[in-house]
Amino acid sequence: MTQDMTPATPREILICTVAGLLDGCRCVAVGAASPVPAAGAMLARALRDSTGEPPLRISILGSEAHNFFTNGSVELFDAAGQGRIDAFFLGGGQIDRQGNINLVGLGDYPRSAPRWPGSFGSGYLYYVVPRVILYREEHSPRVFVDKVDFISTPGTSEPGTYRPGGPYALLTGKALFDFNKDKRGFRLKSLHPDHTLAEVTEATGFAFDHDPDPATTPGPDAATLHLLRTRVMDELAETYPAFAAELRAGIETTDRKATV
Amino acid sequence: MATDVHRLAAQIAPGSSVAIPVDYAGVSMAFTRALIEIGTRDLTLICVPTGGMQADMLIGAGQVRAIETSAVSLGEAGGAPRFNAAVKEGSIALRDATCPAIHAGLLAAQKGVPFMPMRGLIGSDLLRNRPDWTVIDNPTSDTPDPIVLIPAIHPDVAIFHAPMADREGNVWIGRRRELAAMAYAARRTFVTVERMSETRLLDDEKMAAGTLPGLYVTDVAVAENGAWPYGLWGAYPVDQAEMARYARAARSDDGFADYIAARAAEVVS
Repeated sequence: MTQDMTPATPREILICTVAGLLDGCRCVAVGAASPVPAAGAMLARALRDSTGEPPLRISILGSEAHNFFTNGSVELFDAAGQGRIDAFFLGGGQIDRQGNINLVGLGDYPRSAPRWPGSFGSGYLYYVVPRVILYREEHSPRVFVDKVDFISTPGTSEPGTYRPGGPYALLTGKALFDFNKDKRGFRLKSLHPDHTLAEVTEATGFAFDHDPDPATTPGPDAATLHLLRTRVMDELAETYPAFAAELRAGIETTDRKATV
Repeated sequence: MATDVHRLAAQIAPGSSVAIPVDYAGVSMAFTRALIEIGTRDLTLICVPTGGMQADMLIGAGQVRAIETSAVSLGEAGGAPRFNAAVKEGSIALRDATCPAIHAGLLAAQKGVPFMPMRGLIGSDLLRNRPDWTVIDNPTSDTPDPIVLIPAIHPDVAIFHAPMADREGNVWIGRRRELAAMAYAARRTFVTVERMSETRLLDDEKMAAGTLPGLYVTDVAVAENGAWPYGLWGAYPVDQAEMARYARAARSDDGFADYIAARAAEVVS
């Protein structure tokens, strides 16, 4: 069990932060190509199992073992429209000051260069899921821009537009933000260990609210970290084999460094 | 009813709109290779609701005129190189969507109605770039309530891969109901399967619940490992090494052509 002796890696802290953001949820869905959110949802479920509270239902798109839907890929959207999905994750090639997301590409549409995969379910789920967690590990001015080149889905809507859902938090490799719907902007909630406010301000292409001396994102306790490195990694490897192997290798690298 | 994959692929007319499924639902790569060998051109792809290697290969082979999709990517292997290059060059027409909009369009076709309303989309550039999507004021609401109408999507053809079919053309799709949605909406549906069942699927209550009736199925061919390098649910996993090999090769026109030629040579030998 030497692995459990090594401290949490930055990625593991992100996964644990995701799990924390899912507090109180009954049902969480994770979309395609989202290994860290998937791991966070699996960790939240594993933690919930040890509390005796009602279990957290999770649906990982692309997984056979961790997906309870039986009506094909439409069922997630139907369930979200019915208000049954409490939380979902969205990324973005660009995310702007007002929480608008661009998943399509840079430059003049339609001839985007680079072109990114596309909007996936964002043009719907951002509107109807109450707790949409924006997750983008790269925290740089090219990602966090003042205004996106293409609005795959908007952060807020005009009054009178059906909009029970929207941005709840923004988690990056450097920091955690929450979103103020009335002010249409982000507020820094905490800085991850070893990151500074000056660095985050520099890396963010838009202005955000913050405390003069922001809190530090907490790391996991030993039991949580153990759960992540055992049950959750095994579960994750089914859908994200390459990512799980990389994460495990990262822990081993840290382990070797620690013992040198 | 089992015929060979090329015989099925030869029935796709140039200019057809072709519905293809999301990468984990049962992608007929065997059919894709046959279409590339035949060279059927001017296809409009309708990705249900996203596309991957199948769409990327057909685009790379110059056989796609237009694509309606919510995304195209190779999953863990990264972006879709031939799709991205075609977008940059402006050589394919793009109809960018969001997943439930494609489902809504197919559902309208399934119901035989002209459109389906859906939430979301208002204020997005997706909507701004889709003149075929219209916003109306919800006629059942007492207060103003804008809502988007998605016109029915009627693909000429749907193509997918499944574990098995029986001699009546009933196809076992398990819980992958998007395959049924594609078949309901499409004018014709071609299916490749791992194997033929000697018993009638509808005779077994457990199988019947996950069976697409032959009513919606035009023709079936056996293609073992027909989803490869994609996986098939309940049968075999994705071949990640092969996906990565394709992703690397398809970064250039020449690399893509070499990859396709090498694949064709393997089939012949």
